[in-house]
Amino acid sequence: MFYREAGDFKTSYSDDGQTFPIAFDRWRYYAVMAVAFLVIPFLINDYWEKSILMPFLVWSTVAIGLNILTGYCGQLSLGTGGFMAVGAYASYKLMTAFPELNIFFVVLLSGGITALVGVLFGLPSMRIKGFYLAVATLAAQFFLVWLFNKVPWFYNYSASGQITAPERSVFGILVTGPNAAPWATYLFALVILTGLAWVARNLTRGRVGRSWMAIRDMDIAAEIIGVNPLATKLSAFAVSSFYIGVGGALFFSVYLGAAEVGEAFGIDKSFLVLFMIIIGGLGSIFGSFAGAAFMVLLPVLLKNVLVGGLGWPTDLAAHLQMLIVGGLIVLFLILEPHGLAQLWRIAKEKLRLWPFPH
Amino acid sequence: MSIEALNLIEVLINGLMAGVMYALVALGFVLIFKSSGIFNYAQGVMALFAAMTLVGLQTGQVPFAHLLNAITGMHVTHFGWNMPSGLAILLTLGVMVGLAFLVERLVLKHLVNQEPIILFMATIGLAFFLEGFGDLMWTAEIKQLDVGLPGGLSEWFEGASMALADPEAGYWGMYVDKLDVTAAVVAALLVISLTLFSQYTRAGRALRAVADDHQAALSVGISLRFIWVMVWSIAGLVALVAGIMWGSKTGVQTSLSLIALKALPVLMLGGFTSIPGAIVGGLIIGAGEKLFEYFVTSDAFHGLTGFNIDATENWFAYVLALLFLVFRPQGLFGDRIIERV
Repeated sequence: MFYREAGDFKTSYSDDGQTFPIAFDRWRYYAVMAVAFLVIPFLINDYWEKSILMPFLVWSTVAIGLNILTGYCGQLSLGTGGFMAVGAYASYKLMTAFPELNIFFVVLLSGGITALVGVLFGLPSMRIKGFYLAVATLAAQFFLVWLFNKVPWFYNYSASGQITAPERSVFGILVTGPNAAPWATYLFALVILTGLAWVARNLTRGRVGRSWMAIRDMDIAAEIIGVNPLATKLSAFAVSSFYIGVGGALFFSVYLGAAEVGEAFGIDKSFLVLFMIIIGGLGSIFGSFAGAAFMVLLPVLLKNVLVGGLGWPTDLAAHLQMLIVGGLIVLFLILEPHGLAQLWRIAKEKLRLWPFPH
Repeated sequence: MSIEALNLIEVLINGLMAGVMYALVALGFVLIFKSSGIFNYAQGVMALFAAMTLVGLQTGQVPFAHLLNAITGMHVTHFGWNMPSGLAILLTLGVMVGLAFLVERLVLKHLVNQEPIILFMATIGLAFFLEGFGDLMWTAEIKQLDVGLPGGLSEWFEGASMALADPEAGYWGMYVDKLDVTAAVVAALLVISLTLFSQYTRAGRALRAVADDHQAALSVGISLRFIWVMVWSIAGLVALVAGIMWGSKTGVQTSLSLIALKALPVLMLGGFTSIPGAIVGGLIIGAGEKLFEYFVTSDAFHGLTGFNIDATENWFAYVLALLFLVFRPQGLFGDRIIERV
């Protein structure tokens, strides 16, 4: 089967506007979905769930969120960890205050609450931009983490200051708490991520996404052609924070089960997500997945090779990992500022001409 | 004077001293930003790296000892010498100049004409690389740094403040660290010498020309690359000074790189392009956060509002900078931001 659009005739406008115009891409997409939904749940075990698949799903959700704000709308944010904390604590408060509420709605509502907080901290973006804004988002990061650490109401006055997710189920199957089966938590996160990624992909193809990109490319010019900067920037903050909040809620309630705010949602998480979207590709939904997969797999790989294979001490492997990640960031920015997604795009272009490149 | 007033003055003085320390890091940011438009996030890590290298050289640590031991199974840690502080500082300065050269050669050269935000992210990558590299080279343990700076209680402040208080009140005098006073003096000297350098030397004039207009500077024959290496070297020197001060105060440890984050609100208050702005911004932030903490932990505040909060130093600087920016985006002393389509 050749990878090209020839012979695949579009007979309607909806055909013409589809996400994957090439038949091969469509089939590949269906195949990936089938494997993710129908094969992996039967093969998954505890190790794969805890150290690879769940982190990948959660970080992909968060990375899509940050990519909407930074990659599509051009507003650099270093407050991701703080917004994730909002999602996590919102889900905790909702779960404990309304035990009857389905966990699915808890997660979505947490995203909504985070969106409100995101808009609040996005307000200064009207006046300031670039790294001024990046520093302003640091205020969100430090203030929110401090707030959840110091105000006992948020962690229900628990003695340890930790929050612990109670057991909740969907259709009678546990998805949170220590007794949840790996396949259940995996599928729960996968369903949410698939829905959100689908929405994000279509948002960025439509009017909203195009106005985000116009603001990113040149805000003054965008304003002149009639894009409302206030509405556009705030909608980017809202949508992005919604995704990050959902990611934070999943991270805490489904993946970790218990969290301490300074440790789980510190500034290092903000940088981790930023690195994901730089390596994966700024302004690309696929890039968010690729970057999340890369940053989840790299430490696992290094740990297995260096600590497991060569018997190095773990702190040495951690330092080496830091060095490699930093080096890769610089390398990617120099060689391929659009990240893994651009490499993927180039490969597809090559594939369309193969095997007759002239 | 009453004891409350004296306590307030003590908090203020200590806040100002802390502000000087922030300003030391902020200075390095301003230098690089002015001359190349690059917002160098790695400045704090450079301070950490400089301090680590200094301690390593002083105590004769074997570089990469940890790594060598893991690979070869040896057990080397130290060469077994103790280098005099002066020599170690000079050698560290050499390392920082070498670093500046490498950064220009390997990173900046390839990122010319990129958007500022890309350059910013590149320096974040650089910061991580350098931190990993420093940890690998000199290990991540907390190390004591001692280059013979005076430290401990300053008797002069204690005596002077005791004389001000009512002798019957049982006031103990203020605690001001000598090291902080030294840092203030060093910072003042640094600012004066940097100003003299940029006003009265040939290289300094070239630097200001580059800061003004890259194209015009190039056209009159100034080598941009030389200027950039020079600026990064000077920033390395400032980082070394900041590293020595912070290292002597808190010990050389990884959390030192986080002071870079504290320097960001300082810059936003003072303006990214102004050297005096960095100092003034540092003083405002330092004094502001200490006074605010003093205020919210006081009994009066607790009695009035019923809130019981502390550790506001974590976020005060950022929120202050955020509120300030909304009203004056270019900072106190920054150049006006002019936008053209």
